[in-house]
Amino acid sequence: MRRLVSAENKPIAIALGFILVILLIGTGYTLSTTGTAPLLSPNYLLQQLQIGAFLGICAAGIMMVILLGHIDLSIPWTLTAAAMTATAIGGDMAVPTALAVGVAVGLVNGIGVAWLRIPSMIFTLGVDTVLRGLMVAQTGGFAPQDTATPLMVFLAKERLLGIPAAIFVWAAVSLAIVVILTRTGFGRAIYATGSREAAAYLSGIHTRWVILGAFVVSGVCAAIAGILLAGYSAKAYQGMGNVYLLPAIAAVVLGGTHILGGRGRYIGTLIGVILIVLLNSVLSIMQMPEAGRQIIYGAVIIAMLLVYGRNQRVLS
Amino acid sequence: MLAKSLTRWLQQNLGFAAAILLLVVLCLVYNILHPRGFSSAVAIQNSNEAVAIVFVAMAQTLPVLLGGLDLSVGAVMTLTNCIASELLHGSPAQILLGVVVTLLSGTAFGLMNGIIVVYGRIQPIIATLATGAIAIGLALLVRPKPGGDVDEDLSWALTNSVADFAETYGIADGGQAWWLSPFADIPVPVILVIVVAALVWIPFRRSVTGRTVYAIGSAEGSAYMSGLPINRAKIAAFTLGGFLAACGGLYLAIQTSSGNADIQQAGAYTLNSIAAVVLGGTSLLGGSGGAIGSLVGALILRVISFYFRILDIDPLLQPLIEGVVLLTAVSFGAFRTLRVKNKLDLFR
Repeated sequence: MRRLVSAENKPIAIALGFILVILLIGTGYTLSTTGTAPLLSPNYLLQQLQIGAFLGICAAGIMMVILLGHIDLSIPWTLTAAAMTATAIGGDMAVPTALAVGVAVGLVNGIGVAWLRIPSMIFTLGVDTVLRGLMVAQTGGFAPQDTATPLMVFLAKERLLGIPAAIFVWAAVSLAIVVILTRTGFGRAIYATGSREAAAYLSGIHTRWVILGAFVVSGVCAAIAGILLAGYSAKAYQGMGNVYLLPAIAAVVLGGTHILGGRGRYIGTLIGVILIVLLNSVLSIMQMPEAGRQIIYGAVIIAMLLVYGRNQRVLS
Repeated sequence: MLAKSLTRWLQQNLGFAAAILLLVVLCLVYNILHPRGFSSAVAIQNSNEAVAIVFVAMAQTLPVLLGGLDLSVGAVMTLTNCIASELLHGSPAQILLGVVVTLLSGTAFGLMNGIIVVYGRIQPIIATLATGAIAIGLALLVRPKPGGDVDEDLSWALTNSVADFAETYGIADGGQAWWLSPFADIPVPVILVIVVAALVWIPFRRSVTGRTVYAIGSAEGSAYMSGLPINRAKIAAFTLGGFLAACGGLYLAIQTSSGNADIQQAGAYTLNSIAAVVLGGTSLLGGSGGAIGSLVGALILRVISFYFRILDIDPLLQPLIEGVVLLTAVSFGAFRTLRVKNKLDLFR
């Protein structure tokens, strides 16, 4: 008997099903309490996606790194540093400078992980702490007074053809990632390096440069998210990126990307992000207190991973 | 003969030896620079503030030895901290019950982590990411607002010197007994850490289960083929991690007389514990290192932050200096790349 869904797509199918379940439960709840179904209105969904764009862009970047079997814990302060630099510089150069911050952080991370061979878990954590230190020293520990430039506000808040511009940015980033992963040698090299770096090296892939490239993409994505978030809140503030790291990792993993690298499709990450955003919005519609939210959030991740099918009994 | 075995020990425990050396140097310089010099009061205050992160770092060591990572240690510590802040008052029997319940709840949470990892066959890092959220949620249920009620005698006795401990509970002639005087100035928290390390960690490491944890971290397939109890070792490692995290939470409640279900604080403890484990010479790939190393690593992290108190450093520069020190310390691991003879050994 042919299997309906291939092993790689199974998590994606389950996650899609789960999104429907969340929508059904949420709609059932609002119908029973207020008699309306705001969750199904396109306007509400677009608004949720607009907020989800920040998470989505972070997740897109970190997915490249996770595909290599590494992780990027410097996302929070890369995001914040990019946002703070952008608002401090201001003018036309704000966005390019923020992107440059992202590239620079990615280069540092990549060199540390690929050349110095320090485990990414600890190296990116150190980079995150250093960035936080730099920003605290720079701003004095307060939210800087500089405001976001009109371009940043436009990208984050305005609508184009009735659709929030942030969604277009998210779509553009997504398209770029999909093209990189499926249509370029770099993308294939990422999968190869993530599966077994020694084998990739022996088959002539410059694995160090691949790792460097993936970290740069991750840094740039965090910087883009920072630009949007600063535009959305009209300015940058301390710790603005802290809430995005763990949900981004969760979204990537819920989308079927293997945390040890080598396997995963971008569409899964996209669905993982939508799932988390919808879960959050349904919980806030239900006015769930923070305690209940955290418990449900954790339980959902565990439950879904249990459904996905499990690792081998013994890892070789 | 002795020199030879010492050299061999050094080669095998280079990271640990470097960590001890760093800690000794840091402590010496600290006490020389300290305006009041080395005194019991300074030692007591500093050791009080180090206990929680020491226990959390020891808790993190076990999953790391397996080649995994526990992102829930900070959250479990926060949860037990909140539970302890609710229970540690009343009659001595009630307090004792509170201590036992606190430690048991942390242990049970660790057991749950282990069961999810072993029977759910989910990667530890992602399983504990989720259970960490659950622990924080439970902590918020137990203590929605910071605060708490901890027995004052207990709090005083456990956060001061041995003499004060004896005086509080009227043992050893109120702390005046002659046989107590050699230990009178030792801070109680130091003794607590040593007792837990000696009575829990060292027996565990020497048991079959403990050795299996190391074997799994080195080569899980080989450990399985050799007939070692893989599942039991994994569950035991996470359970013991939960217990040690609970020790940290319990002590934090005693030290601060309160509980605080702070998500940021939990995250900071988790990340610092990873840093401490690495500084203590345990490999993130698993299979080598130990909880004693993490203890030293955690102390290094704390001593660095104590320096800010005695040196006239702009408080705004503190996070930057902490980060640079951490990054520099872990970058020394890069020397490994120079010693590797076969380039393929790098790709592990």
